[in-house]
Amino acid sequence: MDPNGSLIFPSQVSTIAPEVDALFDFILYLSIIFFILIVGGTFYFVWKYRKKGEDTFTKDLSHNNMLEVLWTVIPTILVFIVFVWGFKSYMKMTVPPDTSMEVKVTGQKWFWTFNYPEGATTTNELVVPVDQPVKLLMSSTDVIHSFFVPNFRTKMDVLPNRYTQLWFEATETGEYNLFCTEYCGKGHSEMIGKVKVLSRADYDSWLAGAGNAGANMKPEEFGAKLYKDKACFTCHSIDGSPLVGPSFKGIFGRTEKMTDGSEATADENYLRESILEPQAKVVQGYQPIMPTYQGVLKDDEIDALIAYFKTLK
Amino acid sequence: MSVATTANYLNEEKGLKSWLFTLDHKRIGMMYLFAVMIAFFLGGVFAILIRLELLNPGQDFFTADTYNQLFTLHGAVMIFLFIIPAIPAALGNFVLPLMLGAKDVAFPRLNLASFYIYVVGALFALYSIVAGAVDTGWTFYTPYSTTTSTSVISMTLGAFILGFSSIFTGVNFIATIHKLRAPGMTWFKMPLMVWALYATSIIQVLATPVLGITLLLLIIERTIGIGIFDPAMGGDPVLFQHFFWFYSHPAVYIMILPGMGIISELVTTFSKKKIFGYKLIAYSSLGIALISFLVWGHHMFTSGQSEFSSMVFSFLTFFVGIPSGIKMFNWLATMYKGRITFEAPMLYTIAFMFLFAIGGLTGIMLGAISIDIHMHDTYFVVAHFHYTMMGGTVIAFLGGMHYWWPKIWGRMYSEKWARVAWALIFVGFNVTFFTQFFLGSQGMPRRYYNYLDQYQPLHMYSTYGSWMLGVGFLIMAYYLIYSIYKGPKAPNNPWGGLTMEWQTTSPPIQHNFEEQPVLEHEPYDYDTRMVVNDQLIKKEDVKEKENINV
Repeated sequence: MDPNGSLIFPSQVSTIAPEVDALFDFILYLSIIFFILIVGGTFYFVWKYRKKGEDTFTKDLSHNNMLEVLWTVIPTILVFIVFVWGFKSYMKMTVPPDTSMEVKVTGQKWFWTFNYPEGATTTNELVVPVDQPVKLLMSSTDVIHSFFVPNFRTKMDVLPNRYTQLWFEATETGEYNLFCTEYCGKGHSEMIGKVKVLSRADYDSWLAGAGNAGANMKPEEFGAKLYKDKACFTCHSIDGSPLVGPSFKGIFGRTEKMTDGSEATADENYLRESILEPQAKVVQGYQPIMPTYQGVLKDDEIDALIAYFKTLK
Repeated sequence: MSVATTANYLNEEKGLKSWLFTLDHKRIGMMYLFAVMIAFFLGGVFAILIRLELLNPGQDFFTADTYNQLFTLHGAVMIFLFIIPAIPAALGNFVLPLMLGAKDVAFPRLNLASFYIYVVGALFALYSIVAGAVDTGWTFYTPYSTTTSTSVISMTLGAFILGFSSIFTGVNFIATIHKLRAPGMTWFKMPLMVWALYATSIIQVLATPVLGITLLLLIIERTIGIGIFDPAMGGDPVLFQHFFWFYSHPAVYIMILPGMGIISELVTTFSKKKIFGYKLIAYSSLGIALISFLVWGHHMFTSGQSEFSSMVFSFLTFFVGIPSGIKMFNWLATMYKGRITFEAPMLYTIAFMFLFAIGGLTGIMLGAISIDIHMHDTYFVVAHFHYTMMGGTVIAFLGGMHYWWPKIWGRMYSEKWARVAWALIFVGFNVTFFTQFFLGSQGMPRRYYNYLDQYQPLHMYSTYGSWMLGVGFLIMAYYLIYSIYKGPKAPNNPWGGLTMEWQTTSPPIQHNFEEQPVLEHEPYDYDTRMVVNDQLIKKEDVKEKENINV
């Protein structure tokens, strides 16, 4: 599956991953031994002591204290080792180092937003430098989500009423999957993002350019990029098929019936309002569940999106 | 004798009314069996549909909404309508008084009430399907369940009502075991199935009310808008998780303990050997029941609960694993130097040893916090609990059903077809779920309608496995139903068991025994007793004749 990973795990890309995998392997080997003992033993006994010929009385082997103490005490010692090991590595993954950089993560139906202290904002793409501890301060605006990066072996729920945190230190550059692992409704399986691990130099230049991403693009091209980057596609198609929200195909200039019975035409002002105050006018047949993009999109980005919508005929 | 061989609980009274108003534990058990089998069929159909959609990524047969409803219904129907009542209320109802040498349970009317409460609860749960099926997952996590537009109230009200049915059965069984044991049957001469039902009943009575209260609070929040769990109203969603798992983790042992009880019976009957470590098995049932109340937080390692809580819950979790391991070794030792035969119930026992070993050992992996952080809410967990719940409980239930089927109906099923179905179910189960361990460790989250292409091959094998399972169960349904009408007549004691249910006729007479049976030997004294062609042979008698051929 992951070409760089093993049969069991995807490749190890965080400092904690080798430790988790080592404990897993330890338990796996123990499990194989116990499995052979129990299941191999079962197969051996049922074959060896199968009924042969006449009915007979069997031996009075009702118990054996020595044996029973052994198979109570030995597993107890082994699981105690597993417990201590698991707890120790858990403590490492739960206490972020003082040198961590901090990113604010917001989960909402059905995308992730990342706010950097330097002012940059990304959607569904967390960009981090390699070999740098990163602490994520996370919260949700609606239901519970969960932040999971399999390559990092780390996961934490994202709650609506408190901050949770998670930290990692990526060890290799590349792109890694980010999943939402707490069921959050219709778009749960579309709430997939990427963690992009860059070298220090690439990260710095990305951060410097993150503020004016559309500088060298035509507005409609920039709009098309935003449609992908800001995860509009999760709920709005561009091929005419209705998803959670209406399709963007031919949206500009379209007249639709609203849930309150009135009619509205999708001109520039309607589109701008629907991005910033999505609940103001909702097209009939759809639910008022779109979150606001106030503070997520800047004015020039809204302009670019509208320019892009005009091209979708 | 002529009356005893022809009249029995099935034919003594006739007509639908004689069933609907019966107070006979055997008939109530059979009505339960009928109801839980319908639930099992429904839940199974949902499962097949889920696997069908997951054959390929993207939308194939259902929309995301329908898929979310399907996995919710699969979980809710299988848990609340099938697996919790399957062994205690259906099989347990039938065999418990027989095993104790009693005429009925302690409170026959309460028993019938429990069945009708189950029916009412089931109707509420099923009504939710037509009223805009729930899409919350069977766990009803807040605030999603407070805010979704689907019929959460109907389903949770159903589960709330079903809880009372479960409590009634538990209370009834506890009283029955305390008061109605046959003369001579002291606590440590009870069959181990009875011990398992006793431990199960304790959990049912103590844990179920917490679920009831939790679901009631959820309903109050949704209807009146009092903030308990929804942060928008000032509540705390993690509180719901604590409440929910405070019941639902012990509930896991409501499901598996009676299964372990069945395996204890099967392994000794088909090995014709005294159970090894009787007391340790009995105590380990009680130990599991006790510790099961203290481990709920291991479902919540990533929920934001404190690190200290996670540590304590992880520690305790390992200690609920130990008694289960002890039982496995005791069953293994019971087979040693036995005289083993391979009828269908024994095949299920072997399958149980195989599957439950995998389920238990992967549980150790998940108990280690740092591994659970990676595996939580992935297919690894899905595979793990199917290995324990289906590979453990359902397989034990099927073993028990094949074991007591001749006693229940007085008919034998086809051994040949039973083997075919067993093989399909065993292989199909492993194909379906072993693949899911790899899906999960590779990062595939559960409850995903769509998934990345890299997971497609394993999903495909898993779906193929589900078809094998489906065919296996259809064959089983066919030969079991056929046997009721056309099967050859069953002897009173087809397997040579020594517990009391085998001392009466097949099917039992209405009042179970012609006269009050008295316990003359311990339940598993295969060293001094055996049953051949319904005749009990004692070692001391054989010695006199110096000939054990019968």
